[in-house]
Amino acid sequence: MTDAKTEILARIRGALHDTPSAPAAERTYRVASDRAAAEVLEMLEDRLVDYKATVHHETPESLPGRIAELLGASSRYVVPAGLDRSWLPEDTAARRALTDPNDARAASALGVRELNAVDAVVTSSTVSCAETGTIFLTGRPDEGRRAISLVPDHHICVVPAATVVELIPEALARVTPTAPVTMISGPSATSDIELERVEGVHGPRRLDVILLG
Amino acid sequence: MSRTALGMPAVRPVHGQGNLHASTAFPAAAKAEMGNTQMRANIRHATHTIRGKRARVAGELPDWEELRSAGSAVKEQVMARLPELLEQFEANFTARGGTVHWARDAAEANRIVTELVQATGSTDVIKIKSMATQEIGLEAHLEEHGITATETDLAELIVQLGHDKPSHILVPAIHKNRHEIRDIFLAEMAETDETLTSEPRDLAEAARTHLREKFLSTSVAVSGANFGVAETGTLTVVESEGNGRMCLTLPQTLITVMGIEKIVPTFQDLEVFLQLLPRSSTGERMNPYTSMWTGVTPGDGPQDVHVVLLDNGRTAVLDDPAGRSALHCIRCSACLNVCPVYEQAGGHAYGSTYPGPIGAILSPQLTGIESEQNASLPYASSLCGACYDVCPVKINIPEILVHLRDEDVRTRHGERSDEGAAAAPARTRRLPQAPSQMDLMMKSASFVMSSGRRMALAEKGLPLGRAVAGKDHAISWLPGMAGGWTDERDIPAPPKESFRNWWAKHSEETEQRVAQDGGPVSGSDAAGPETDTQHDEGER
Amino acid sequence: MRIALFATCIVDAMYPRVALATVRVLERLGHEVVFPPGQGCCSQMHVNSGYFADAVPVVRNHVKAFTAADYDVAVAPSGSCVASLGHQQPMIARSAGDEDLARAAEAVAGNTYELSQLLTDVLGVTDAAAQLGSWFPHRVTYHPSCHGMRLLRLGDRQKDLVASVADIDFVELPDAEECCGFGGTFSFKNPDVSAAMAEEKIGNIVSTGAELCTGGDASCLMHLGGAMSRRETGVATVHFAEILASTRQNPLEVSGPVELSIQTPKARRAASSTPAPSVPEGGAR
Repeated sequence: MTDAKTEILARIRGALHDTPSAPAAERTYRVASDRAAAEVLEMLEDRLVDYKATVHHETPESLPGRIAELLGASSRYVVPAGLDRSWLPEDTAARRALTDPNDARAASALGVRELNAVDAVVTSSTVSCAETGTIFLTGRPDEGRRAISLVPDHHICVVPAATVVELIPEALARVTPTAPVTMISGPSATSDIELERVEGVHGPRRLDVILLG
Repeated sequence: MSRTALGMPAVRPVHGQGNLHASTAFPAAAKAEMGNTQMRANIRHATHTIRGKRARVAGELPDWEELRSAGSAVKEQVMARLPELLEQFEANFTARGGTVHWARDAAEANRIVTELVQATGSTDVIKIKSMATQEIGLEAHLEEHGITATETDLAELIVQLGHDKPSHILVPAIHKNRHEIRDIFLAEMAETDETLTSEPRDLAEAARTHLREKFLSTSVAVSGANFGVAETGTLTVVESEGNGRMCLTLPQTLITVMGIEKIVPTFQDLEVFLQLLPRSSTGERMNPYTSMWTGVTPGDGPQDVHVVLLDNGRTAVLDDPAGRSALHCIRCSACLNVCPVYEQAGGHAYGSTYPGPIGAILSPQLTGIESEQNASLPYASSLCGACYDVCPVKINIPEILVHLRDEDVRTRHGERSDEGAAAAPARTRRLPQAPSQMDLMMKSASFVMSSGRRMALAEKGLPLGRAVAGKDHAISWLPGMAGGWTDERDIPAPPKESFRNWWAKHSEETEQRVAQDGGPVSGSDAAGPETDTQHDEGER
Repeated sequence: MRIALFATCIVDAMYPRVALATVRVLERLGHEVVFPPGQGCCSQMHVNSGYFADAVPVVRNHVKAFTAADYDVAVAPSGSCVASLGHQQPMIARSAGDEDLARAAEAVAGNTYELSQLLTDVLGVTDAAAQLGSWFPHRVTYHPSCHGMRLLRLGDRQKDLVASVADIDFVELPDAEECCGFGGTFSFKNPDVSAAMAEEKIGNIVSTGAELCTGGDASCLMHLGGAMSRRETGVATVHFAEILASTRQNPLEVSGPVELSIQTPKARRAASSTPAPSVPEGGAR
């Protein structure tokens, strides 16, 4: 008896009895932005807000203060090991950063129940697409493994201005395909009840985006 | 399409099995469903909501048509290069620590998944909504083997808790409104009580609470996939709620079932589909979450990663050059949302996992059209063409519908058969039938309509006309003038004289006609882009 | 210009007045209208019903009739039939392995216009009152049939012509782009869904308060008119060619049912004062 793979491939070859030709797709759609950087940033903010994310504009100097404010006075929050510590406010008795080693196999890695118990997560991001309001996380050291930006209910995501592009083709070009990619467009939402979008299901229900200039 | 002329290939494609068959022919099923006025109101409300949203976000992109063309071209290329792309995908996915399985049909896929789950020792799996697993009936199969599969997509959860069947590709519970959903949650979720409102926000919150512990504790997940990239071995799931991310991230074992047609050649191709899909399906610029994974990422996410590549009739669809573009479908459901037939009949009337216009061409091709019930599906369309207009990969659904009607007619006449259909489950396989009244009518209409002289005679009601029309069917050879009509409509009495016969006597009376209407008019001399040309020609 | 009229089978046999209206409008503009006598049908009924083999002789006949005739352009008062020429006839010819016929069909289709296309794009008519003398003092709404809208991309050509008729009270139809539920074979293979679709369309038509619903395809209008008559809505259907043909001197009468036969103005006046002829129960079953 032939194995399934051999048989399926033979079936496909049999089905293509007419040897259809396959011209390459013409990519006549937009692949490069013709907008000024400021305009693209403005578009990103507009699209993020439209899908119920909250957007803040900060400089490296003002960033720790903003993060402190978003976390609140009392917070246990997780950060990936590679995150620039200068972005974060000083720990206090009531507000403390927990560093995840970016490897679930490490002894110091936070378990899912620990992640479920933290108040927030702060990460950076790889690239953001303005036209769709989409932030790409690709598992880099300052973004962490996927679980840390998923389980906590509040995600504070830093988007450096230089990582903002207008179009999806521009954004995907900056992504390593084999990395674990998570594209985020607003907080978790559903359209499953009467096809009306409502925010807040299983992913983080609060998404704060900090545009870092 | 003459196969024998090209030589019989060694291996014949085989039709699919599983949740693809209607148990009742569409007209009867639709009639039964249409009695549910609440369901019709719910579907109407939901589809009308989404239509406007889709049109807005598609219209927002200046290059929407270019994206559609590119999407169509990429899919065409995928079909032509499928064996090579599948092997490339397998090599890349395997190189990154994943395991690739191949399943010829639903039974084989179910067996593979069940054995993989059993090997983990777990009796619980969490599931991401997936058309492929719905198609093969995976949930029921796992249940038979003592494995409980929990649907984590909100709409699938509603269907599962309501002991119901999906009726839509994107929103399987589209036939339920918020109040009905609240009632289901109240009855089936231990965590809820009378304080639960029917506000969508509260219902979503209830689902979150209900599933949280499942996500944190279950070690095996089963998913489908929207795209598989051959060049990199990357799998993609497009979703909204974060249940997908939970399933793809937290468990130790991840098993993905993907139809073989879901392959795209390059990572760059995703830039086309990730623009087309969300705008077409939920009417959003982008869905909240999209996840991609390539085999195993050490220390991040599931470490035991499998994909089952599923045929189950797809090669039979591929076998028909006139119908194979049905495999281009990216399951956005835009065609359902604009279809007036879907809006009236609802998704259950189509019997299959795939309802609506795409289902009407995909299901009968997957199962073979010899199955009597599925043979009714290509007729479940007024051919209005709204589906083709919105299809993000430009599947010409109306053209495939009429092609399948021709296949059906020829099957009934014994002029073709579903070769290789033996593997399909025992359904009503139709034997060639004696010519129906419709066949005879079409035959006589063809005879009349292929000659102006015969038309003239038929219109005069002369013996020839009566002979071909039948004694009670003075005009039955005209479109629409057969059976069933007068149940709902009055039919105008035919005129005393056809235009053709009238014109033969009156064609010369131009001057009288113009005078009777009030004389010649300035017409295009007054305005118009082609005045000069027209004027010159008018003086010939 | 010398314009060949493709009447279409349903207009020829059931709605000869629509063909006559087309002739009147074109003759009024000074054009010569000819009727290629060999013409039959576009083949759409056969194709849409899945009878490709039976469609072949019908296609062959149409192509022959319009290849043999001498004319500058051809016109048909039907979006659906014109769409069928370009979209279905070549496909049917190729399915029968006849490439020559397919090419000839493409050539005929390429020179055949739907009436509003011909008037707007070729003859430069944009104002029916000023350029055609059209006059029709009634409240009218308009249903754009699917094939004209989606296959020919007629856009607002028909509607704009109707709305520009003198003294017309034109009112937009809500959800106008929804199918009326005719669909040829569909209306009797799936009578319940078809009727439900018609029901929605009729509800929208009635909501406009129009006396008449016009459109560009006799088959859809027959379906809607028949369903509205059965429901006693008091609203009738009329092809837009008849509205364009209507003038102050020779107006289209709308009291009572819209007549099918070609009649003299005198006979028509007589008919409109007599009760509506009853339709035989189950007459065409």
